[in-house]
Amino acid sequence: MTTLTLAKALNEGLRKAMEDDPKVLIMGEDVGKLGGVFRVTDGLQKDFGESRVIDTPLAESGIIGTAIGLALRGYRPVCEIQFDGFVFPAADQIITQLAKMPLRSLGKVKLPVVVRIPCGGGIGAVEHHSESPEAYFTHTGGLRVVACSNPVDGYHMVQQAIRSDDPVVFFEPKRRYWDKAEVDKDAAPLPMGRGRVVRPGADVTVLTYGPMVKTCLEAANAVEGERSIEVVDLRSLSPLDTELVFDSVRRTGRCVVAHEAPMYNGLGAEIAARVTEACFYHLESPVLRVGGFSTPYPPSRLEDHYLPDLDRVLDAVDRTFAF
Amino acid sequence: MTVDASRGAEAPPELVQLLTPEGERVEHPDYDIDLTPEEVRELYRDLVLVRRIDMEAVALQRQGELGIWASLLGQEAAQIGSARALADSDMAFPTYREHGVAWCRGVDPLYLLGLFRGVSNGGWDPADHNFHLYTIVIGAQALHAVGYAMGVQRDGADAATIVYFGDGATSQGDVNEAFIWASVFNAPVVFFCQNNQWAISEPLEKQSRIPLYRRASGFGFPGIRVDGNDVFACLAVTRQALRNAREGQGPTLIEAFTYRMGAHTTSDDPTRYRVAGELEAWKLKDPIERVKAYLFRNQHADQDFFDAVDAEAGRLGREVRKRCLELPDPNPLDIFEHVYAEPNALLAEEREQFAAYLASFEGGES
Repeated sequence: MTTLTLAKALNEGLRKAMEDDPKVLIMGEDVGKLGGVFRVTDGLQKDFGESRVIDTPLAESGIIGTAIGLALRGYRPVCEIQFDGFVFPAADQIITQLAKMPLRSLGKVKLPVVVRIPCGGGIGAVEHHSESPEAYFTHTGGLRVVACSNPVDGYHMVQQAIRSDDPVVFFEPKRRYWDKAEVDKDAAPLPMGRGRVVRPGADVTVLTYGPMVKTCLEAANAVEGERSIEVVDLRSLSPLDTELVFDSVRRTGRCVVAHEAPMYNGLGAEIAARVTEACFYHLESPVLRVGGFSTPYPPSRLEDHYLPDLDRVLDAVDRTFAF
Repeated sequence: MTVDASRGAEAPPELVQLLTPEGERVEHPDYDIDLTPEEVRELYRDLVLVRRIDMEAVALQRQGELGIWASLLGQEAAQIGSARALADSDMAFPTYREHGVAWCRGVDPLYLLGLFRGVSNGGWDPADHNFHLYTIVIGAQALHAVGYAMGVQRDGADAATIVYFGDGATSQGDVNEAFIWASVFNAPVVFFCQNNQWAISEPLEKQSRIPLYRRASGFGFPGIRVDGNDVFACLAVTRQALRNAREGQGPTLIEAFTYRMGAHTTSDDPTRYRVAGELEAWKLKDPIERVKAYLFRNQHADQDFFDAVDAEAGRLGREVRKRCLELPDPNPLDIFEHVYAEPNALLAEEREQFAAYLASFEGGES
């Protein structure tokens, strides 16, 4: 067991993947000497060389597009998009090419490309540095979309994503990069497509992922003794681990979905619809959502109001008991 | 706004040409080619056969058998010349009009027809032919080609990559990003731009105020303009650029100066945006007629040869038509196939539900 921050756990996961498979490449802006703006790739270029840890020109479409070409040649590129808001210039390559090329070839082409995206707010950043673009990608068939929330998952999930023969959009909660946890590198990890009950409870299920997992756990702890909240870390956003979700909601009878992204047409809407359809006769109240507003992400002095916090989660929990 | 007169039938001075429209062999100080009569006859055969496949496809579309078709009419020399310059180990990345390149790489034309008929989005294995899948988003494949070339470079392989795109694509960010990547990584890639003068209805003047080949210098690699209707010149120039790439000299941009004699696709009407005189002028530069004239002029082929090629083209056209009409519609449940390499719970669920729905009809799919 070793204590690691999420950033370091990802770093060590990447290192392990590169050691295990010489075809694994890292590419992105500033990933080499600097080690990435969050230092997730720190030291990797020094140890693996410039041809495996590639400092690219500053163009996100170019990063993904050339990664596709490298994957076609048999490499397994891991692309770093520096900040969530910068993935949009690469969205065309991700959505029209990365997601669809295997189908275009009737499965003869595999594109094992990982797109790492530091996501979400809460770090006092300027515009375009705090977004939650996951719904754009979960809406696209052909992509797997996952979100890690803690160092254990950071270490294992990034390796699983790299080993996957499918393209994976990999979200990393940047405000949790410095959170620490014990990581057992030898323990068998949970499969990448599975969610996890991170805190068992009896009265209400809170479904969440990424940066909001910690917030929801804090909410559950805050009302311990009054309300028994089950917190589920979805981990896999596409496909969802619906079996785990439905099982939890059927046990508790109430459900809240919490994420940072705007609620309107967000992932929470999809989950609420599915839970309602599958668990209708078990539900004591409607599935409620907690999320960002249908606005651009606000200036950082307002982000504490925008981001769902412990109280907003508990408010939604309370409302599920008010029906 | 001034209009670049070079768009028309006048050959601009910097054009590499080895065979005139009259079928006369000319020399160029930097590019030459030594072809046997047999090799020229083979090129002629390629040109005629791909034109025939193309004509058959246009006819099939007009008869409702294809949803749409992007004709290569007029661009045969650019495609055959460049594709015949490729070594087997070289990888080609096409847009959606490279039927002639596909032909040279041994891709069954039925795959192309099937794509436009709507039975699949491609279906061939790029590794079987070193010919990548068609890409419809303009210019996206330029980056794939550069990335692939970077892989070739890492593998230390004796190979190069060629990517095809049109004049309109040079306005795309992806093509410009591909130029940058290729340049800074010295990637073994040849950018083969078929400047067919029109991006659907938009003339070249809407894409560039300078000749396209000159753009390369701004990115730090050579650019060359070749007579795109001259199969000899296209072959010679591409062969040289590929050799340079394989030898570690980095990328080249080739601008094949040619003309799309048909519509952009069967869905548009070129008479709305260009004058008939332009087409008539370019017909005089037909890529097939000049090779025929060369073969006749030099007595490298007689009428029997041309008749035999025409007969072969006829047979090929009939065969392509027959096989196209026989292409079955895919199974409805094929929608869910090949989306992911690994099992996917969401698709498995949707597939199961759709299968049950279909099966609920009398005589439905199971």
